[in-house]
Amino acid sequence: MADISSNFLGIKSPNPFWLASAPPTDKKINVLRAFEAGWGGVVWKTLGSQVKNVSSRYSAVNFGAKKMMGFNNIELISDRPLDLNLKEIKESLKLFPDRAMVVSLMADNDKKSWHELIKKVEDTGAHGLELNFGCPHGMTERGMGAAVGQDPEIAKMVVEWVMEAATIPVITKLTPNVHSVVPTGKAVVEAGTNALSLINTIQSVTGINLDTLVPNPYVAGKSVFGGYCGPAVKPIALKMLTTIAQNPVTSKVPVSGIGGVSTWKDAVEFMLLGASNVQVCTAAMNHGFRIVEDMIEGMNNWMDEKGFKTLDDFIGKSVDKITHWEDLDINYHHIAHINQDKCIHCGLCYIACEDTSHQSINIEYGKPYNTYTIKEDECVGCNLCQLVCPVNGCITMEEHRVAPEYLNWIEFQKRGLPLNDH
Amino acid sequence: MIKNNRLSNEQYTANFSDIHPPFETKDAALVEANRCLFCYDAPCTKSCPTGIDVPKFIKQIATENTKGSAHTIFSSNIMGAGCSKVCPVEKLCEGACVYNLMEETPIHIAKLQRYATEIAMQKKWQLFQRKPSAGKKVAIVGAGPAGLSCAHVLSRNGIDVTIFEKESKGGGLMTYGIAAYKVTPGFCNDEVEYILGIGGIDVKYNMELGKDITLAQLKKEFDAVYLGIGVGVARQLDIPGEKLEGVVDAIKFIYEIRANGFSTVPVGDKVAVIGMGMTAIDAATQAKRLGAKEVTLVYRRTEAEKPCTDVELDIARLDGVEVIWLAAPQKIKGAGGKVKQLVCSVMQLGQPDASGRRSPVDTGETFTLDVDMVIKAAGQVPYEKLVGKLKIQNSKGKISINENCATNIKGVFAGGDAVNGGKEVVDAVQAGKDGAAAIMKFLKL
Repeated sequence: MADISSNFLGIKSPNPFWLASAPPTDKKINVLRAFEAGWGGVVWKTLGSQVKNVSSRYSAVNFGAKKMMGFNNIELISDRPLDLNLKEIKESLKLFPDRAMVVSLMADNDKKSWHELIKKVEDTGAHGLELNFGCPHGMTERGMGAAVGQDPEIAKMVVEWVMEAATIPVITKLTPNVHSVVPTGKAVVEAGTNALSLINTIQSVTGINLDTLVPNPYVAGKSVFGGYCGPAVKPIALKMLTTIAQNPVTSKVPVSGIGGVSTWKDAVEFMLLGASNVQVCTAAMNHGFRIVEDMIEGMNNWMDEKGFKTLDDFIGKSVDKITHWEDLDINYHHIAHINQDKCIHCGLCYIACEDTSHQSINIEYGKPYNTYTIKEDECVGCNLCQLVCPVNGCITMEEHRVAPEYLNWIEFQKRGLPLNDH
Repeated sequence: MIKNNRLSNEQYTANFSDIHPPFETKDAALVEANRCLFCYDAPCTKSCPTGIDVPKFIKQIATENTKGSAHTIFSSNIMGAGCSKVCPVEKLCEGACVYNLMEETPIHIAKLQRYATEIAMQKKWQLFQRKPSAGKKVAIVGAGPAGLSCAHVLSRNGIDVTIFEKESKGGGLMTYGIAAYKVTPGFCNDEVEYILGIGGIDVKYNMELGKDITLAQLKKEFDAVYLGIGVGVARQLDIPGEKLEGVVDAIKFIYEIRANGFSTVPVGDKVAVIGMGMTAIDAATQAKRLGAKEVTLVYRRTEAEKPCTDVELDIARLDGVEVIWLAAPQKIKGAGGKVKQLVCSVMQLGQPDASGRRSPVDTGETFTLDVDMVIKAAGQVPYEKLVGKLKIQNSKGKISINENCATNIKGVFAGGDAVNGGKEVVDAVQAGKDGAAAIMKFLKL
């Protein structure tokens, strides 16, 4: 059995699965249920400024029969009394001393407010602080949340305030509602943050009710942009995470990965791209805390199969596998192959290739089943057919190198090799 | 003993309730619709005699464009609602579904088709508009699937249609010749009304060709004539005892169940049904469901050659119907003018016949079944006498047509069971479409 215990800036947890700062970590009752279910840690829902929530807070994007492929919310930070939250944090810590307890913070925009809040939270015995510079709705209009994270100078200033007062590790949570997360990431690392976490939610409109013509979520005939999350945002989060992991400044601090983590596989992917642990929200909101059981077992089994003994053995292992386009090997070529024994004759590969790609699939009409074969000379190896094929392993991409040696774009140009020759 | 009223009303209702229940909820339909892979040049579509664009209509259910879905179905098959209940889909669309090749349950195409078409019928969506009048009139004989399908296409194209129907209701064998647990008489009535809802189709009921109207009259009064007269009574067995009381025609038996109500139809204690087609199955299962104690299907070939599908045979078997293979009726013995026994020859399979199936050969051995009722379901016979009298070229009563659906008489077209000798409803619907296309060509429209 692999050891999946995690040590994030000295904050220890039995596994790398934390619940993100969000409704599931709003109260002691939720947090205790999460710990009982096996979660390694929580980031307590953001404390700070005084707020009032509206009714009707979530909406979702369904895809086919799958519900909540994407999810958004317009809920603000914790709307419970600060003292109650602090009391419950303390009690939860006492009941589960082996779990990570990080508290998310978003104070009013002045040094004094931040210092007071940090002091109160540290008094609970919490292990770390997470600065919410990412909330994209409601708080931004007061110059908080994403409004801070979107401006590296302001973010830097707030982190400097925080670091003056904080005696426990500080994680700065970044907003994805920017062209690049790197400038703010760099600024806050330079200001002394001990770690980063990303991504917060993405501003979004999930859909419109076609009867009332009011977008979702519906609040008395109106809506607002909500923070988008769930499985749909994972690819965006992974990309942003990679830019942080590859930057010489931001890569110096540990990162907590967030954004559509739903399974052990997702968690492994975040960690391969440099995250030391992951935070989960939507998947738990969709299915309950019990999902952590398979996350723990799945990661463990995968590590055993791959021979990884500890998390550090694989964290960051894929970071250098994402390169610049001009470094890709132009001599690499692969061609689709359709296994006729597995083919079910659905024609999805054919119509995708014929209508939208390179007309590289031959059709031989039959009644009722057509036969599809690859025109090897035409196939550019784009993968589309394999992606649309409903049968696993039916279409394989087989390597047919143009030449044995590595040849990148820069060298290709130097040699004056032919362009636009397809 | 042959008698009616064997069961309580509750028992009749239970025995004749819908054998293929619809989706209980919209969600259930959406789950199934989302399972469809949306194949290209789809095997299901290619296996549908009317060529319904199955992936398209299912996708439209999934996108909640139910109206579009119904339009897609009805564009190819105006009896798409009825066909969703009576088609032997296991050998057509669902039998071809690519999921079969993954050893997965095929998409429940019929059930989805029923979902979309039932909503369309309930909401009385008229999805087709007639083109402006083309100034032409066409007579159609027979308001069965072929006639109604032909009429609908013609009416859509601005042609005024008059249908002459010998029964008092439309729908043909859909209304009169299919087991009541597949389609109820009420549904058949609604379906005919829905089809006629487009307008421009005048149905004259209780008008029989050769009796109440003549072909000469029709030819004179209309620009073209389409014969969709179907097939007639069950094939004679031509064995001794066929005239005994208790020997009945399967088509007539099913007709009575549908026309007169379950409790009025008499059925024996021990019933033998001759044949193994869909009609034989419908007769056997319904005899059992009317309260017969023992029902036996008697077929002269083996299971491998049977014309019905496995699904149909399973319905009969689950109803407790016995099956005797390789048995050919030799004579029916009676007492006091009533059926007492069925004597059968034991057969074995010989050389392949014209159908490609191995033909049954008499072994010389016989066996006897004690029965009090014999239902004949060994195929139906075309209207040979009527067709002969009309001087229409035919083959043993089956009307001969050319590639343009035309008979040897100019302006007279034909299709459906009257031409092919008896196939599925869906085949007749396609024949009607082909006939309408041919008539429009003939009328230079």
